[in-house]
Amino acid sequence: MSAEVAIHHAYGNFTLDVAFTAASGGVTALFGPSGAGKTSIVHALAGLMRPTEGRIVLEGRTVLDTKAGLFVPPEKRRIGLVFQDARLFPHMSVEKNLLFGWRRSPARATPDEIARTVSLLGLEKLLARAPKNLSGGEKSRVALGRALLASPDILLLDEPLASLDAARRAEILPWLERLRDIARIPIFYVSHSLDEVARLADRVVLLDGGRVTAEGSVFDLLAGLGAEKPLGAVLEARAADMQDGLQTLLFDGGRLMVTDMHAPGRRVRVRIGADDILIAREAPRGISANNILPVTISSVRLDGPRAEVEMHCGRARLVARVTAASVSRLGLAPDAAAFAVIKAVIVEGG
Amino acid sequence: MRFLTPDEIEALLLSLKIASVAVAVAMPFAVATALLLARSFPGKTLLDGIVQLPLVLPPVAMGFLLLVIFGTRGGLGGFLKDHFGIVLVFRWTGAVLASAIFTFPFQVRSIRLALEARDNGLDEAARTLGAGWLDRLINVTLPLALPGLVAGAITAFAGALGEFGAIITFVSNIPGETRTLPLAIYTALQTPGGEAQAARLSALSIILAFLFLLGAQTIMRHTTEKTGR
Repeated sequence: MSAEVAIHHAYGNFTLDVAFTAASGGVTALFGPSGAGKTSIVHALAGLMRPTEGRIVLEGRTVLDTKAGLFVPPEKRRIGLVFQDARLFPHMSVEKNLLFGWRRSPARATPDEIARTVSLLGLEKLLARAPKNLSGGEKSRVALGRALLASPDILLLDEPLASLDAARRAEILPWLERLRDIARIPIFYVSHSLDEVARLADRVVLLDGGRVTAEGSVFDLLAGLGAEKPLGAVLEARAADMQDGLQTLLFDGGRLMVTDMHAPGRRVRVRIGADDILIAREAPRGISANNILPVTISSVRLDGPRAEVEMHCGRARLVARVTAASVSRLGLAPDAAAFAVIKAVIVEGG
Repeated sequence: MRFLTPDEIEALLLSLKIASVAVAVAMPFAVATALLLARSFPGKTLLDGIVQLPLVLPPVAMGFLLLVIFGTRGGLGGFLKDHFGIVLVFRWTGAVLASAIFTFPFQVRSIRLALEARDNGLDEAARTLGAGWLDRLINVTLPLALPGLVAGAITAFAGALGEFGAIITFVSNIPGETRTLPLAIYTALQTPGGEAQAARLSALSIILAFLFLLGAQTIMRHTTEKTGR
């Protein structure tokens, strides 16, 4: 286990009471609405907040144990924290900002590694600039580089994209993906954006009202396994050939046609919202939808007038939100064969 | 320089020396006090009051108090003389002490304002990057409070140049040792036919004060730009 977290902390009328573990490597998303306690958890992990009770073990090091009276201060925790608002030192150049943590790190990166990080984040041309002369996206990249160059044991990203507009966000996401793919340290990614989580995370800890409501792999969790509300399915797919302005994506269970273009062979993640799937018992004909997948129903969960239907197509899982009336009219039950008519596929990039 | 007599130049240089040493000596204490006052602790109001006291204290009374304390026959003054050979009364160093005490509130106030306006988030960022308390103070907090430090130092310097009552009571009016510009003006007025000299020295004082004001603004603008605020 790379991280074991148990925190109990009360302030005002809000109580944070969470416990979860995160496996080594990969991206663990802390996902939930504003006020779910995400930032408090990050602050507790980093040592900027001292919970009334709790125990945190990071990469085998106990950094907090209130029972034993142990509290490792932030400057000794070796945690790279990227704040929502970048927090670059305004009186230092980009280069000095980048090397601030490096200078103080007990395990300094070599000049080669520094150069690699700088080029990974595309910072070569920014080094001499002052932070006030950077765009929002550039600031985020510098903050990310600064945290990485301190050679942390764990990287915490606290909504690093929240203060950016859609265009800037789209600019940063590929950098984060590259980082995820090469980083050998566990990354905690805090977000309230489904897109970001579906695109970057391997595991998800769902939070609401200061509690963990579910935790598991991104593929299971977003499809509703263990969670109260399914958000949709996330599939991993590989780009194949292009034809008539449509690209074929191959996944474990079939193919999807999308309008986004990716180089053939490229791995991408696609998300299919629970409200973007229609269910038919017979193969529909004369329909505008490009993607109709034969599926087998795995479970039906009734919730008043609504129902959530889980299906599988090969090994890929899909989930659809329909009415209870449709469920009984179509006779939807486990193991029944059906067709999933997919209205929209969101390609999250790879 | 035909405009000034050697005596007048002496008084000018002495004033500049005493004021700058007073500011430099008081600055570390002012920073420490401001850091203390920028946080909350029991007794903060009392300390704040003590720090501000020189603003309302009659300088002559303060000078007399210093004379009693640091006079060579006084308690602390005698101790300093016997054990360290330090004498403050009737010396320019005594004038430095008096000026430092009277301009201390200016420095503390200005630095404190800058510290209270600082972005706590940068301190947190520095902590997560491995910087301890002193490290953050030297490399983050103080550089960002630099405009406040500079403004406080200049105000204190200008104030020290004008100090009169405490100096003349504590260290007297000795040419070349403690006769600063204000004391030289006073002396000129006491001398028959000295009005012209008093006028020249007063004009000099006013020009000096104005130059410092201009200098302060320029430096402030420069440091503000540099720290990106």
